[in-house]
Amino acid sequence: MDNVMIITNAKYIQFDSVNCTVQATIDGQYISAPMDPANRHYAEILRQVDAGTLTIADAD
Amino acid sequence: MTKARTNASASPAVGRNIIINGAMNVAQRSASVTGIGAADGYFTCDRWEIDVAATSAGRLTMTQTADGPNGISANCIKLDCTTADTSIAAGESLRLIQKLEGQNLQRIGKGVAGAKQITVSFYVKASGAFTFGCELFDNDNSRQITKLFDTTTDWVRQELTFPADEDDGSSPFADDNGLSLQLAFFLHAGSNFTSGTLETTFANNTSANRAAGIDSFFSSDDNNFFLTGVQMEVGPVATEFEQEDIGVTLAKCQRYYYRPTTAGDLTGNTLGQAFSAAGVVGSFVYKETMRAAPTISLFSIGNGTAGQIRKTSDGATTSSAAAANIGLNSFGFATGMSSLTTGDAYDLTFTADAEL
Repeated sequence: MDNVMIITNAKYIQFDSVNCTVQATIDGQYISAPMDPANRHYAEILRQVDAGTLTIADAD
Repeated sequence: MTKARTNASASPAVGRNIIINGAMNVAQRSASVTGIGAADGYFTCDRWEIDVAATSAGRLTMTQTADGPNGISANCIKLDCTTADTSIAAGESLRLIQKLEGQNLQRIGKGVAGAKQITVSFYVKASGAFTFGCELFDNDNSRQITKLFDTTTDWVRQELTFPADEDDGSSPFADDNGLSLQLAFFLHAGSNFTSGTLETTFANNTSANRAAGIDSFFSSDDNNFFLTGVQMEVGPVATEFEQEDIGVTLAKCQRYYYRPTTAGDLTGNTLGQAFSAAGVVGSFVYKETMRAAPTISLFSIGNGTAGQIRKTSDGATTSSAAAANIGLNSFGFATGMSSLTTGDAYDLTFTADAEL
């Protein structure tokens, strides 16, 4: 309920020069989250970004 | 001559159980996970999540166990307390939950005139006599109701009928793929959830009322909790637990989570071709159309390491692989790397997670 995901090392991944995925480690799992608000991991990434507790690094 | 079923007007003969994997027969991730309690997560039986609020010191092992009640299901979920917590902080809670999409709940008609009752039934046993809570939480409207149930050391079928909730007459479940309702088994809670009084009808959420009167699963490391045969249906009657073909249940589960290999087995793989030093193009297809674009975790076939893919010709692994162009039916690329050999074949496996 109030338990939040621990998200680290968030970084945009680009394809054809467009951000399409956020790569991150969530609760110890190395994942690729699509930029779809219906995806629970991406939704939590956005929530933590809005809260100022997470920054997504630019793509390489 | 046909004989009408008791609940025929409210609940269909087939597909009346709204719960997925209520018989606990599908466990794509793992059959057993230890040390659970610090964070939320899906660990063993598909669709069943362990949900914690403020973290308890209590820990448990969650297992898909072949100890179900005869004639109902061979399998059940077993929760085994491995670390007790007798000093319960106010914000703690432990719930075993299933989250449900609004578009699968329209038959309830909740939140508008003519809303129907909901009956939840399940088979439960424990290491002793406990009182726990069964909660319905309406996420669309932040309304909830909890009913208590008791356990014994033998399997008992609990049948709980929840009143219809017309709310203000204009608050239906959203007809979409988002989270609308949680079925939750409240097994441990601090005073933030227990200091009030249980609601007797659906009501706007007051945290203190959610788990009043429950015991704590974490009271002793001797405690066990077993659950199977979970059914949620429309109407005031708990009909016989609906048996379902395993292929149907698996397909339902794979709308939310899919792995092409079985747990701990990396023999299944997919193949792609490097189109640059950074990326591999392939056809990485899921078995079912997923609820939403899923979170992808890539793994090397060779060693199972997350974020790696393997060059098929010599087995060399490359790190920092991320999935791209992730859709409802497939994803198209593994990218983010820097030392691939253009034109060569690479193999990988993955998991796809579209849980609510």
